[in-house]
Amino acid sequence: MDLLLSALDILMRWDVALALLTGSVGGVLIGAIPGVGPAVAIAILLPATFSMDPIVGLTVLLGIYGSSMYGGAIPAILINTPGTAVNALTTYDGYPMTARGEPRRALSLAYSASFFGGIFSVICLILFAPVLARVAPYFGSREIFLAALLGIILMVVAHRGQTLIAGALAAFGIFIQTIGLEPVKYTSRYTFDQPFLSGGINLIVVVLGLFALSQAFVLLTSEDEKIRMTRLRGGMFQGLRELARHPRVATVSASFGVVMGMIPGVGEFTAQFMSYTYAQRSSKRPQDFGNGSSEGLIAAETANNAVPAAAMVPLLALGIPGEALTAMMLSVFYVHNVVPGPGLFQNQMDFVVALYLSLLILNVLVLVFLLFATRSLIQVVRIPNRFLGVCILTLSFVGVYSLRNSATDCVMAALFGVLGYVLKRLSMPSVPIILGMVLGGIMEVKLRAGMARVKEPLDFIDRPVAFLLFLAIVLVLIGHFRRVLRERAEIKAAERGALKSGHRFGQMLGRRRGRFVKDRFKLVRARHAKRLRALKDLF
Amino acid sequence: MPTERERRFVGPRRAQLIFALFFVVVSILLLSQIGSQTKWVEKSKLFAQPRFWPAVGLGGMAVLGTMHLYLLPWRKVTRYDWWELRKWTQVLEFALWFLAYVLLVPMIGYLPVTLVFVPLLAWRMGYRDRRMLGLSVLFAVAVVVLFKGLLGVKIPGGAIYEYLPGALRSFFILYL
Repeated sequence: MDLLLSALDILMRWDVALALLTGSVGGVLIGAIPGVGPAVAIAILLPATFSMDPIVGLTVLLGIYGSSMYGGAIPAILINTPGTAVNALTTYDGYPMTARGEPRRALSLAYSASFFGGIFSVICLILFAPVLARVAPYFGSREIFLAALLGIILMVVAHRGQTLIAGALAAFGIFIQTIGLEPVKYTSRYTFDQPFLSGGINLIVVVLGLFALSQAFVLLTSEDEKIRMTRLRGGMFQGLRELARHPRVATVSASFGVVMGMIPGVGEFTAQFMSYTYAQRSSKRPQDFGNGSSEGLIAAETANNAVPAAAMVPLLALGIPGEALTAMMLSVFYVHNVVPGPGLFQNQMDFVVALYLSLLILNVLVLVFLLFATRSLIQVVRIPNRFLGVCILTLSFVGVYSLRNSATDCVMAALFGVLGYVLKRLSMPSVPIILGMVLGGIMEVKLRAGMARVKEPLDFIDRPVAFLLFLAIVLVLIGHFRRVLRERAEIKAAERGALKSGHRFGQMLGRRRGRFVKDRFKLVRARHAKRLRALKDLF
Repeated sequence: MPTERERRFVGPRRAQLIFALFFVVVSILLLSQIGSQTKWVEKSKLFAQPRFWPAVGLGGMAVLGTMHLYLLPWRKVTRYDWWELRKWTQVLEFALWFLAYVLLVPMIGYLPVTLVFVPLLAWRMGYRDRRMLGLSVLFAVAVVVLFKGLLGVKIPGGAIYEYLPGALRSFFILYL
């Protein structure tokens, strides 16, 4: 109780209240505009939050992160275009509902499901926080190194069909974080004697390039789309009643969101996929999924909104971000000399609970805002793509230039912007670069510290948590290689099948050709014989 | 008809080969420079060597990039790949717009440059009507007021502001 009161004390400030309001409303707006997304907004706002208190800055960023998915459901349901990437599954059942004249029901259900997911995860994590505080001290340098390694491996393995290039891009991230002056022996690494490289490549410059500038380039080179908007009439409260009729789907989906959110490198997509599959399998009407099923919509929206709070767990407890957005938030901690990790849970538990409470309040604010303001809010969907590109390009300048007032940073951000654009054109992920940079830096420091007391290789995993993490890494790798081998066997079988059928098809064509030739020869021979007979008769 | 490998490939075909080749060549070139660009410190463990992590990063890039290249289902560069490459170069124009904006702000000042930059780029993108141009001017003012005036982000005043009279000069440097 004391903990809760001291956490509330941290939040009882006008600037925190303003941050909550700005974050929640701003996040919904950003989420509702297809083509912007929370990553772009957080990347742009990041340097602006450095001058704020950690709790204020983090509340704004958390607000954008947590509420953008609410907003992302609006274009997903009304115009079949997800506002943020994680709302893609919402289009499956949300848009068919709009198509059959129930947009209000779909939106209201999406808001209610999102609200339930958000609140459920925050409550789970507040209850779970004392356990985390007890477990966190068992994480020393070796354990944090292994957890970061597990995070990178999970993130790479999660990119199915693109594992190799995701791994290569993560390695690229690890490499670029090593550029500059090495902090222990003070030797330069890959600076090519250029002074601007001595300070290293800033994470925020890379983030702004890969997320904000690349998105601006994508929008500036695309065409404006004509949007036909559905009119909304009536109240938005019916979703809350409908959600109460599906408590099982909502609870299981939120649980998937919490668990998947806590595992670094996994995130919303896996949580959504698992909860949607569960909902479909356990439904009495599985045939409705993909055609406007309320259960499908609940599963998708509940799971993705349960993730943001859970994603803060590895960040706060271990200092390890699980995905790009929390990686960006890590820099806010570093700027204010607040070191996330086991120490934070032991010494500043009230700060952690305050963050969770702010997420709780944020969800309530967003729901109230959306229930009353959706009809006006949907107008933002109409902003033309290329104009949005102009806006993002202008805002990116604030993000990059305000960091160090360096034109070199801007040139570097532009280069990363072009790289991000190329990756987007090739449908390759850019998140591995960011996580490689952040986790690579953590791994370098922790491995050096961890190895200082290790005499034999097996000493590295002689502590229980280190051993469990090592076991998890081995299991993930075995699972992945088994899947790769199975897929290779499938491809070979399919190719062999294609070869055989191709062979048979060729033989069949050959036989048909032979038959045609034979028939034709018969005809020609008969004609010639007839002419010969006629010639003989003549003489 | 696409083969099974082509069918299962995640992403479009265009320019995959060119990108993979470029990636591998750059990683091998960087890896070849590891001796001159990093140092091996005597009496230090392998994991504490300044060379260790660049080697991990570049080694990973080279090995995984080569495997990705080897497993690509295509071996020939087609004209579609070159068309895609041309498409990539189109964004250089916008990168130049961005860099011009960056270079002009310290000289002319944040507000004046933004007031010209946003409507000009909007004009370039084909928005010629008065409503969109008005919106772009409004957006430019809002960005400057919000970020520099209210949030106080660190953007220096333009060199041109030095010619303004006393109080106006400090106001412009601080807020616009």
